[in-house]
Amino acid sequence: MSPSLPDGVERRSFDGRERLATRGEPVYGEPQDDDGWRPWDAGRSKLGAMLELGLDLGLDGGERVLYLGAAAGTTVSHVADFAGPTYAVEFAPRPARDLLDVAASRENLFPLLKDARKPETYAHVVESGLDCIVQDVATRGQGTVALRNNRFLAPDGRLLAAIKARSEDVLSDPADVFPDVLADLRTEYEILDTQRLDRYHDDHLAVVATPK
Amino acid sequence: MSGSNPEHAGWFTGLDPGDVEAAATAISEGETGEPQNWPEQAVQSGFAGDEDEYYSVLHEATRRATREAVTERERADDQQLTHAVSAMDDAERTANELAERLAEWAGSLERDVPTGIEGARAVASWSPETPVQERVVSLAERVVDLDAERADLRSFVESHAPEVAPNLAAMAGPVLAARLIALAGGLESLAKKPAGTVQVLGAEDALFAHLRGHASSPKHGVIFTHEYVRGTPTENRGSAARAFAGKLAIAARIDHYSGAYKQSVHDDLDDRMATIRSREAGE
Ligand SMILES: C[S@@+](CC[C@H](N)C(=O)[O-])C[C@H]1O[C@@H](n2cnc3c(N)ncnc32)[C@H](O)[C@@H]1O
Repeated sequence: MSPSLPDGVERRSFDGRERLATRGEPVYGEPQDDDGWRPWDAGRSKLGAMLELGLDLGLDGGERVLYLGAAAGTTVSHVADFAGPTYAVEFAPRPARDLLDVAASRENLFPLLKDARKPETYAHVVESGLDCIVQDVATRGQGTVALRNNRFLAPDGRLLAAIKARSEDVLSDPADVFPDVLADLRTEYEILDTQRLDRYHDDHLAVVATPK
Repeated sequence: MSGSNPEHAGWFTGLDPGDVEAAATAISEGETGEPQNWPEQAVQSGFAGDEDEYYSVLHEATRRATREAVTERERADDQQLTHAVSAMDDAERTANELAERLAEWAGSLERDVPTGIEGARAVASWSPETPVQERVVSLAERVVDLDAERADLRSFVESHAPEVAPNLAAMAGPVLAARLIALAGGLESLAKKPAGTVQVLGAEDALFAHLRGHASSPKHGVIFTHEYVRGTPTENRGSAARAFAGKLAIAARIDHYSGAYKQSVHDDLDDRMATIRSREAGE
C-alpha cells in the first residue's frame, strides 16, 4: 500500500491521463484545469518522482518547509501549493529571477538568494522547528549541505533529499558514491528510507531521514 | 524591543514594519548562527499583530531583497561579458597585426605565402631548418594560438550574452549585444541610454581609428554592422538604423529591469523592418 498523498496533492486527469497535481498558478507551461489544478511532472521534479514512486515522505500538507536548491521554482511551486510557509534558497541569480515570478503569486513562498552551505546567512530569516527540508542542490558536498541545515529541523522533522551521484564525482560509479554521502548523513540523521529515482531521474538517490 | 543582542536577532529586530527597504537590507546582510521561532518572537515584540501579518511582511521583504540581490549579481556578470568581448577584439586585432608582420617576414624566405591567419597556419606547418626559420615558425604558431583564443572567447561571449541580456542577444546577436553593453559601460547604463545614443555607440571609436589612419570615415555606430542595417538599401538605411536602435534600447531596458525574454518586441521589430523594406520595393 502506498502512503496517502498530502492534503493539497491529488491525482487528477489531464488529457485522459491520471497525474499528480496541485492547485496554483502554472509555472513551467503546464496546463491548468477548470478547478485550478495543474499537473506535477515527476520527470522534471525529484520530489514529484518520490511521490509517484510511493515513498513515505511523512507529508500531510500545511508543513513548514525549507527548500534548498529551488532553481527557477519548478518543484518548490508545487510545494508552496500544498505546504505552509515555504523558504526557498537558491544561489544562482538567473534562476532566482524566475523564482521571483513563482513567489509573486504565492504568499507563503519566501525566495532567498543564499548559499545553502552557509546557513548562518539566512538563519536570521528562516525559522527553527521546521517540519521538512527538501534538498536538491546537485553540487559537490551534498552531505555537508544536509548536515549544516539540520539546525532548522524540528526533532521529528524530515529531510527529503535527492542526492545526485555525478555531482560528487563524475568518474565513480553512482553505487560507490551514495554510501559515502549516506555515511556522512548518519553522523546527524537517522536514515528512514532510500530509493533510486532512475525511472524518472538518472543517477539520483532519494533519501528520507530525520534528525538523531 | 531592539534591545536584544543583534548576534542572535531575527531580521525584523529594530525595524519599522512599514519600511520594506530596510527589511530587504536586513535580509540580505544579516547573519546569525542559530535560527529561532521568528514568527512567534515577531508577534511578541509587537513587530506584527499575528503570524499571518508577519508572513505577509516577510513575503514582501524577501522578494524585494532577492530582486535587488539578483540585479546586483547580474550587473557583475555584465562586467565579465564586457571584459570577454574586449579581450576577443584585442585578440583579433593583435593576431591580424602579427599575421601581417609574419607574412612580410615569411614572404622574404619563401614565395607565395598566403596572408592573414591562413598564412600563419601555413607557415606554422613548416619544418624550420635555420635559426631564422625557427623564429618565423614560432611566431606563426603564436598567431595561430592567438586566433584559437579569439575563437574561444567568442564562444564564451556567445554562450554568456544570452544569460546576461536575453532580449538584446536575441535581437542583435550575442556578439553585437556584448559590444553594445561594453561600449555603454554596462547593461544598466545601456538601459538608460536613449535610442539616438544607442544608434551611434561605437562611432566615436571608429572616428579615432579613422584619425589614426586605420579605418574609413565613420558615420555610424556598431549597429551598422548588423544585417538589418547593412542589408537595407542605402536610401532606407537611416530609417532601418533608427528603428533597430529604438528596439535595441527597449530590449536593453527589458533585460535590465525584468530579465525575462519577451517575444512581442522581437515581433514588433520584424514588422517594422518588413515595412521599411517593402517601402523600398514599392518605389
Ligand atoms: C537540480 S537543480 C534544482 C531543481 C529544482 N529543485 C526543481 O526541481 O525545480 C539544482 C539547483 O541547486 C542550486 N544550487 C547548487 N548549489 C547550491 C548551493 N550551495 N546553495 C544554493 N543553491 C545551490 C543550483 O544553482 C541549481 O539551481
